Amino acid sequence: MASEPMNGAQVVIKSLLDQGVDVVFGYPGGAVLPIYDELFKQNQLRHILVRHEQGAVHAAEGYARSTGKVGVVLVTSGPGATNAVTGLTDALMDSVPIVCLTGQVPTHLIGNDAFQECDTTGITRPCTKHNYLVKDADRLAKTLHEAFYVARSGRPGPVVVDIPKDIQFATCPYSGPGNVKHKTYRPQIKGDAGKIAKAVDMIAKAKRPVIYGGGGIINSGPKAVELFTKFVKTTGAPTTLTLMGLGALPAADQRYLGMVGMHGTYEANMAMHDCDLMICVGARFDDRVTGRLDAFSPGSKKIHIDIDPTSINKNIAVDLGIVGDVASVLEDLLKVWKAEQKTTDKKAVASWWKTVDGWRERDCLKFATNKKVIKPQEAIKRLYELTLDREVFITTEVGQHQMWAAQHFRFEKPNHWMTSGGLGTMGYGLPAAVGVQLGHPDALVVDIAGEASTMMNIQELATAIQYRLPIKIFIINNEYMGMVRQWQELLHGGRYSESYSNALPDFVKLAEAFGAKGLRATKPSELDDTIKAMIAHDGPVVVDIAVDPKENCFPMIPSGAAHNDMLFGPDDEAGKPVSEDGMVLV
Amino acid sequence: MSEIERHTIAVLVDNEPGVLARVVGLFSGRGYNIESLTVSSVSVDASLSRMTIVTSGTPMIIEQIKAQVNKLVPIHEVHDLTAEGPHLEREIALIKVVASGAERRESLRIADIFNAKVADTTTGSFVFSLTGKPEKIEAFIELMRSLGKTEIARSGVVGIARGAKAL
Repeated sequence: MASEPMNGAQVVIKSLLDQGVDVVFGYPGGAVLPIYDELFKQNQLRHILVRHEQGAVHAAEGYARSTGKVGVVLVTSGPGATNAVTGLTDALMDSVPIVCLTGQVPTHLIGNDAFQECDTTGITRPCTKHNYLVKDADRLAKTLHEAFYVARSGRPGPVVVDIPKDIQFATCPYSGPGNVKHKTYRPQIKGDAGKIAKAVDMIAKAKRPVIYGGGGIINSGPKAVELFTKFVKTTGAPTTLTLMGLGALPAADQRYLGMVGMHGTYEANMAMHDCDLMICVGARFDDRVTGRLDAFSPGSKKIHIDIDPTSINKNIAVDLGIVGDVASVLEDLLKVWKAEQKTTDKKAVASWWKTVDGWRERDCLKFATNKKVIKPQEAIKRLYELTLDREVFITTEVGQHQMWAAQHFRFEKPNHWMTSGGLGTMGYGLPAAVGVQLGHPDALVVDIAGEASTMMNIQELATAIQYRLPIKIFIINNEYMGMVRQWQELLHGGRYSESYSNALPDFVKLAEAFGAKGLRATKPSELDDTIKAMIAHDGPVVVDIAVDPKENCFPMIPSGAAHNDMLFGPDDEAGKPVSEDGMVLV
Repeated sequence: MSEIERHTIAVLVDNEPGVLARVVGLFSGRGYNIESLTVSSVSVDASLSRMTIVTSGTPMIIEQIKAQVNKLVPIHEVHDLTAEGPHLEREIALIKVVASGAERRESLRIADIFNAKVADTTTGSFVFSLTGKPEKIEAFIELMRSLGKTEIARSGVVGIARGAKAL
């Protein structure tokens, strides 16, 4: 079948469509005009115009995380590419599959300090999984398909394809996705059978097992989530999840202990410390979880299942590392378990559960409400309770509200919780909500935000208005950068240096200026009605919830402390000073 | 505390623009040490290059370094020559010694002992060219330093495993 010769821009559009892409988040510019011209001439691929390129990448992240597909970004050269860097770094840290197309000056001008030129591949090399500069028109199609393969294979991540303008105009051959048989990058999917057999053995013999699951389960896909739940049921072990893993096990499961880590639950952290076998599935022993490395779960043996070999034995030396895809490894493990008719040490595990239940009784997440001022935890808890009757997707910004959301909003399914974990990017939540809503047009999408974070990418409200995306921005307004203030209170003698949100806009008026609805609640008696009005409104809403400005987030493992050494409330703060070593940690 | 070990790692990579920057960026970004790094194309069609990197760290860091390098997309193979068995290491050094009189004569005698070749000579200087194991080069340089003003240009270490198995 003879096909008309295509130019590079047409090759780009066709490659995206052949990869199953239906939406691209982007912002035009000189270096990408040819691609935008081709976009204009067709209507299969939908383009969402953001208001800042950082917003484009975060929107693509929200879209990718909530749908399981690769998020696609299109930005111009120079400032377009550099504005995308924060989003790309965020995607790299949280393992989100993104393909980011950047325009570039023509090949003969590269290296000449041309207008809107920057060394995109040099700048993005450390903050992407991989990047390409297409200098040869013959390689454009192949490179694009390879970029998708790299973005979604193994541990997902962001890939940049830098396309010079002359390549976009040049005649290029086209080839379809085919089956990319990459010559070097072939991540290991199937786990080593011998190691899996050993793991089965260790689990059967354990007296105090704990399962520590992370974002890798969700990245692996719905089958992995299903198998993980089966694995938890089969072993009956207490299970905790990381911030990125919330939803990998239904929160209602009786074996679920809540989130682990710096602001995790008492029972989760204690179980991790006192266990004799820790089974890590798709998590990476991040410093928010481990606390002081030399005091991390000292008496336990550790099994680590991860698709990324560099995650294993990076921070913590484990006893058994199994490289492989979570779904594949768990499937093999359960097969062996069944075939050998293994059981856990039922008596010992029952006794262990008694200990764990004793920790649960502490009810570490309880907080005092009062009639005069709205407590931030109460606002989030009521939001959760009033949305139980429908499918809701939550994005968050970064800070205290993010931790309270992780503690009080319970997820029964994966891919409904989008947050910036590894990089902790303020300004993530609003654009991410845009991306999520595009992936799920009929669902309720709520961005649980802080007022300082919301100011960072507020311009994306215009994107929501343009595309009629009824996202709800639920601002927990405590007039401070809450988490920074909390640390300044704890470590820096209460010197709140530059952490006060000065000159805040009237969020209701600001919402209305954009064309959205604005709502406000300042008293506990107004909370429920405001939430209900927010949900009922058919369009984007910004809700300003004025909360107690001095509330701190507990439990907390202070920096430099061991992970079983937690603060539970303001009275604890006074008693335990942070060590010198702890002071220097973020 | 774990002991710091010195490892020589051979890496086969796609010979494409930027691949050296990728590997070096990985080392500098993660704070890994590069004692020496050499690279050149090695396949008939020049599509493949070989890098020899000498690095040091605790055993856990060395394992991390190898895994991180292996994870890079254009990498074909990573071989830890130090860990995989007997191997050879060679480097070439050009050493200029500016001296006269007795020191100059002594430097020539020592060069003889080390089997260094004289690549350049004036009445007040020599340039010696020495090929050999890094330790031999270091010993020669130390001796030359004690004899006069020296200028040193070293190529960096290349390594290869002993025996019949070829990568």
